[in-house]
Amino acid sequence: MASHAPVKPLRIVLAKVGLDGHDRGVKVVARALRDAGYEVIYTGLRQTPEMVVEAALQEDAQVIGLSLHSGAHMTLFPAVIEELKRREAEDIVVFGGGIIPDEDIAELKRMGVAEIFTPGTPLQDIVDWLRRRFPEPGAPAPSAASS
Amino acid sequence: MNGRRDLVAEFRSGNVRGLARAITLVEQRDPSARRLLTALGGELRRPRVVGFTGAPGTGKSTLVDALVALLRRRDRTVAVIAVDPNSPYSGGAILGDRIRMQGHALDPGVYIRSMGARGHLGGLSVATREAVRLLGAFGFQHVILETVGVGQSELEVAAIADSTAVVLTPGSGDGVQMIKAGIMEIADVFVVNKADLPGAQRTVQEVRNLLSLGPKLEWRPPIVTTVAATGEGVEELLEAFERHREHLERSGEGRRRAEARLKDEAADLVAEWARAEARRLLDEDRELAARLLRDRVPYAAADEILTRRLTPGAVDRSSPPAGRGEEARPERS
Ligand SMILES: Nc1nc2c(ncn2[C@@H]2O[C@H](COP(=O)(O)OP(=O)(O)O)[C@@H](O)[C@H]2O)c(=O)[nH]1
Ligand SMILES: [Mg+2]
Repeated sequence: MASHAPVKPLRIVLAKVGLDGHDRGVKVVARALRDAGYEVIYTGLRQTPEMVVEAALQEDAQVIGLSLHSGAHMTLFPAVIEELKRREAEDIVVFGGGIIPDEDIAELKRMGVAEIFTPGTPLQDIVDWLRRRFPEPGAPAPSAASS
Repeated sequence: MNGRRDLVAEFRSGNVRGLARAITLVEQRDPSARRLLTALGGELRRPRVVGFTGAPGTGKSTLVDALVALLRRRDRTVAVIAVDPNSPYSGGAILGDRIRMQGHALDPGVYIRSMGARGHLGGLSVATREAVRLLGAFGFQHVILETVGVGQSELEVAAIADSTAVVLTPGSGDGVQMIKAGIMEIADVFVVNKADLPGAQRTVQEVRNLLSLGPKLEWRPPIVTTVAATGEGVEELLEAFERHREHLERSGEGRRRAEARLKDEAADLVAEWARAEARRLLDEDRELAARLLRDRVPYAAADEILTRRLTPGAVDRSSPPAGRGEEARPERS
């Protein structure tokens, strides 16, 4: 079926959770995602898990990206996952970035975090991961080489 | 992903996700949105709608935040639609207006929705109008629209709002520029925000001078000075919106605008439907497409499409446009 409807871009809520106060990193990610064609809803600093999930619901976002560098990842990520369950919105995909040790990454993935990107990950890896996870109809899949 | 069939139930349950999904469907011009709007029928009361437009950084989002706070103190429920431009290169966008509205993030009496200006089939105004209607049906008493005044979107949004505020700042030369760019005509209220900065009174005077050059109008747009960051002047701003509303009612201008809006909307829907149908016919009817390509000009093909779709009894075995159901078929008349 030929469709001429413009495909609405994937919507991603990007949030900085926890108490640490700078957002340079998350803004760089926001620009990379915009340049990859996504609509990024940036909600700012010091978000609580409840605020992040509420924003994702109001914005009808399919994806939540969390940035945190405060070391509280083992409480904040699970809190977001829990809140999504409580709001019956487990279909929203959560990924994150931060200084997180490998063993914690494995544990977070078991809990339901879809992917974690550690500092130094090329931005393109995040874009490629999203493209694989949410393939556009008709768009060529990115090469798997970068994962 | 299961939400399609019980969209109406989900919407009526008051679950914010039902509202959020419905707005997405409206943005995507999905046929199920039309079914929802039809099902909601009499519940589609119109909220009070005000719009803010102005150059980036003039403090629109901060003002919206302050106005939301004021309305909440008066126990009114408020929804915000904040429109930002998309990147012309990628189509993506960074929608950052929520940052200034975090104080209302967990207030169930407030709903905030960010929208990219582009990618709306049939234009931003069609989607925004229907979103406003959904917000009213969901129970919001006020809707505030924010758009960046640099392109087309502020004109489209101004056509939807009952009252539109143009936001200027001191010393930036915005005033003169905006007015040159034809923004003057859409201002029901002028806001000089950042009145804590030097030069605010001069900007007020500039706008006043420019207004006095224009024709004598029944409604003279007031100029309100605000400091959005502290909420200073926001009561006066709400007061100005109220007086404009009274003027609209008293003068009959409100009714005229409402009628014009409905006519626009009906025409837009027909245009949207017609474009989709024409595209579909051109995709499906090879001979028609071949004739068009041979002609090298579109007039004969356009005429033929119109005739085929509008003439009662014209043979068209193709399906009716998605979501319109039987009522759209000409042979019933
Ligand atoms: N000095 C001053 N700054 C303000 C005022 N209102 C907003 N701002 C600042 O102006 C910047 C842009 O505000 P924002 O609301 O995002 O503007 P928008 O792009 O028009 O939505 C922010 O840094 C605000 O803190 C004000 O009344 N006075
Ligand atoms: Mg803004």
